[in-house]
Amino acid sequence: MPDSQAVIDRKDLGAMFALLAEEGYQPVAPRVHDGAVLYAPVSGPDDLPKGIGDEEEGGHYRLTERGDAKLFGHTKPVQGLKAHLYPARQKLWSAERAGHGFRIVKDQDPAPRYAFIGVRACELSAMLIQDKVFEGGPYADKGYAERRRNCFLVVVTCDHAGAACFCASQQTGPDVSEGYDLKLAEIIDGGRHVFLAEAGSEKGRALLDRLPRQAASEADLKAASDQRQAAAAGQKRAMISGVAELLAAQLESRHWEDVAKRCMSCGNCTMVCPTCFCSTMEDATDLSGLKAERTRKWDSCFSIDYSYIHGGSVRNSGASRYRQWMTHKLSHWVKQFGVSGCVGCGRCIIWCPVGIDITAEAKAILKGA
Amino acid sequence: MTTRAKPRLGVFKFSSCDGCQLSLLDCELELLAVTDAVEIAYFLEATRKDMKGPFDVVLVEGSITTPHEAELIRQIRKSTKALITIGACATSGGIQALRNFTDVNGFLDIVYARPDYIETLETATPIAEHVAVDFELRGCPINKHQLLEVLNAFLNKRKPNIPHYAECIECKQRGTVCVMVAKGIACLGPVTQAGCGGLCPATHRGCFGCFGPMETPNTGALADRFLGELKQDKGTVQRAFRSFNANAPAFREESLKHD
Repeated sequence: MPDSQAVIDRKDLGAMFALLAEEGYQPVAPRVHDGAVLYAPVSGPDDLPKGIGDEEEGGHYRLTERGDAKLFGHTKPVQGLKAHLYPARQKLWSAERAGHGFRIVKDQDPAPRYAFIGVRACELSAMLIQDKVFEGGPYADKGYAERRRNCFLVVVTCDHAGAACFCASQQTGPDVSEGYDLKLAEIIDGGRHVFLAEAGSEKGRALLDRLPRQAASEADLKAASDQRQAAAAGQKRAMISGVAELLAAQLESRHWEDVAKRCMSCGNCTMVCPTCFCSTMEDATDLSGLKAERTRKWDSCFSIDYSYIHGGSVRNSGASRYRQWMTHKLSHWVKQFGVSGCVGCGRCIIWCPVGIDITAEAKAILKGA
Repeated sequence: MTTRAKPRLGVFKFSSCDGCQLSLLDCELELLAVTDAVEIAYFLEATRKDMKGPFDVVLVEGSITTPHEAELIRQIRKSTKALITIGACATSGGIQALRNFTDVNGFLDIVYARPDYIETLETATPIAEHVAVDFELRGCPINKHQLLEVLNAFLNKRKPNIPHYAECIECKQRGTVCVMVAKGIACLGPVTQAGCGGLCPATHRGCFGCFGPMETPNTGALADRFLGELKQDKGTVQRAFRSFNANAPAFREESLKHD
């Protein structure tokens, strides 16, 4: 659809935020907070991290000055969009004592309408995976489904790779081909600062039609294509091929014990992974015992309670917990949902306090096989 | 609705600063709900009323540091159905357990004009080393929401929702940017039990370990990171593990490696 492509000038980008807000969306986009780029509510392009880049490594993250005016010159924000679509803590329902029984009181909060702006390829892939988790099968999560259905997605393609990125080897990026409403590539060429925009849905096309825009030139298309190639070529890390089969055959690898010496079972990897979806239910009462409520909270397979069944926990060693996480993510996830659970964003590497690198661990297991 | 007899609550203190029992008074509005639900039979910070046992539930603050305390805790245990220890002192020995790493008589000579008046034990030890404890609530001080949760669970005969995983989980759920990864600040969060809600990292400080070791603490891996990437010296690493929960086994063993 050639008419779905256009160029939006930087000075007209505010119109996109305004139109989305007018349609009842809360724009959520990358912004700088506490020395990091996070997804947070924004009111317009002035809230975006202008000229900010990021430096990442195992257990290391710092913001950098890029020396230009790019608004999306960073890589992925600290936490994925699961914090918005699948909140860390959700009240599911409450109950009141009634006679000898109790009465359920349902939560009636309307689902928010988010416009996510600046979504990366890995993020979008993660969202499509969580769609399978929460909406596939007979027991769909209504809350997730509603938040997801309500959202508007503005994808921004990456112009470079972060040091922890490995989406190319997971085939989840850096190019984006489906699942978005609008796709932007940010292009700065001398004094010209524009966004090559492409609609990916009817909603996206309708929005693009209302924005001040010019026709895209061959040079713009080439610039966007060059950026995507640079983002793929610049990836220093890669997941080994055939990792699903490898791990399934290496459940007794001696390497699990080696990882366990370094792994603290702190659960950070699972918290920042954009596809990790495990949760626990918490039932609480008020002091009088007349009211109760059920809350769903993010949980981690690194906790002892996670694998608790009557009589004790199943996974008591650090080795068994790390193996559970890595083999589920990279191997039996494929059997369960038809895709790998890893989108190659590298967040688990960056936010591991001791910098454990899932790509390096996979290589070490291969070496010891 | 059936009315139930109000359980009798006692709050006792051993060697400690009183901060944890004051958390109960800090409950403010919820305190009225507590007094509706229990009869406060003994709680010197709140009332001069000194009712004798037996109690249904007793909260114990502080560690055992004198022969008198070692005897008193046995009497209290006999007088109550449930005994809940609150705070770092009661659950690990507290800051005063620093004496466990040295000769206590050295302190006596420095601190007291007449050390011969002082009767003390060589060590400061948690309550659970002396009597059976039904539940240990961590923290220096404890978190009032967790205290209410434990009382609430006891009153309603359910399991308290008190996680034993790492503080990191609370930071991430709260949306705090990791101070160790993004700022290079040494943080005990990965080896410390959750419970405070992620207070220090949310104010740009590393976790001090107030809630003691988490369920599966790999302190060695964290100490290696402090010594390596964060370029700390051994003394700094030792002091990190040797504070309010210095006598908790995992922290004690790690600190001894950095002499």
